[in-house]
Amino acid sequence: MPVPILKQGNYLIAPIQASLTDEQMLLFRSKLAEEVGRTRVSGVVIDVSGLDVIDSFTARTLQDVTRMVKLRGAEAVVVGIQPALAFAMIQLGLGLEGVATALDLEEGLELIKWLGLNRHARGR
Amino acid sequence: MLVADELSIPIVSEADIVEARQRGRQLAVESGFGVSDQALIATAISELARNILQYAKRGEVVISAERRGNRAGVGVVASDRGPGIADLTRALEDGFSTGNGLGLGLPGTRRIMDEFELESEVGGGTRVTVKKWVV
Repeated sequence: MPVPILKQGNYLIAPIQASLTDEQMLLFRSKLAEEVGRTRVSGVVIDVSGLDVIDSFTARTLQDVTRMVKLRGAEAVVVGIQPALAFAMIQLGLGLEGVATALDLEEGLELIKWLGLNRHARGR
Repeated sequence: MLVADELSIPIVSEADIVEARQRGRQLAVESGFGVSDQALIATAISELARNILQYAKRGEVVISAERRGNRAGVGVVASDRGPGIADLTRALEDGFSTGNGLGLGLPGTRRIMDEFELESEVGGGTRVTVKKWVV
C-alpha cells in the first residue's frame, strides 16, 4: 500500500490511507524527501487520518520525515490524528515533539502557508 | 466458551505486526471496548509484536477474550525464544532501549494496559502478558 504524493499548487499532500508496515513507512519517508526536491514545493501536508495505530515506530518516523522535509527547505505539517489515537499516543508518551500539527487538511494548508511566511521573514 | 476464544498470530515479518494489532482491535470491538480503548489495545499489541521482531526475530502473539466475574476483557501474551532481557528494571524505564527504538515500548505498554507482567530469561526468551478490562 504505497502512499500517494499529490502536488497541489506549491504544496505536496501525502494522505496515508491505510495502515503501513514499517518498511512501507520508511519507503514513504525517502520518497517524500525526494519529491520535495523534485517538485520544489514549499510545503508538505501529511494526512495520517487513515492510520489505525500510531505507535512509537510510526511516531518516530513521522518526526524523522518532517525533519527531513525541513532540511530540504520546505515546511511539513501532520494532520488528521484521530482523537482515539491522540489519546493512545499521550498515554504511551509520544508527543510528536517538534512536529507541526493541524486538525485537518484545510487547517494544515493554512498553517503551512503561515510557517512558510515566517521562515522567509526570518531569512531576511 | 469465552475461555476458548483465543487466537495465535506468529510474528515473523512486519506484516504480522499489522495483522496482530488488527486482530486485537477486532477482538476489542467484539468485547465491548470503546474506540479509545480499542486504540490502546491495538497500540500495545503493535509495540509488543515489534519488540519480538526487533529483538528475537520471531515469536508469537496470542490474543484472548477474557472474563473476570461479569467484566469482559482482552488478554495479550507476546512471547519469544530470543536473547531475553538482561536488566528488567531498566527495560521498564522510559527512554531506555538497547535497540534503536524510542525506549517507550515496554513502559508505554505498561501504562496503557490494566495488567502487565514481564518474564524474561537471558538466552531463554521473553514473555509479556497484558490485560485490559472493559470499564
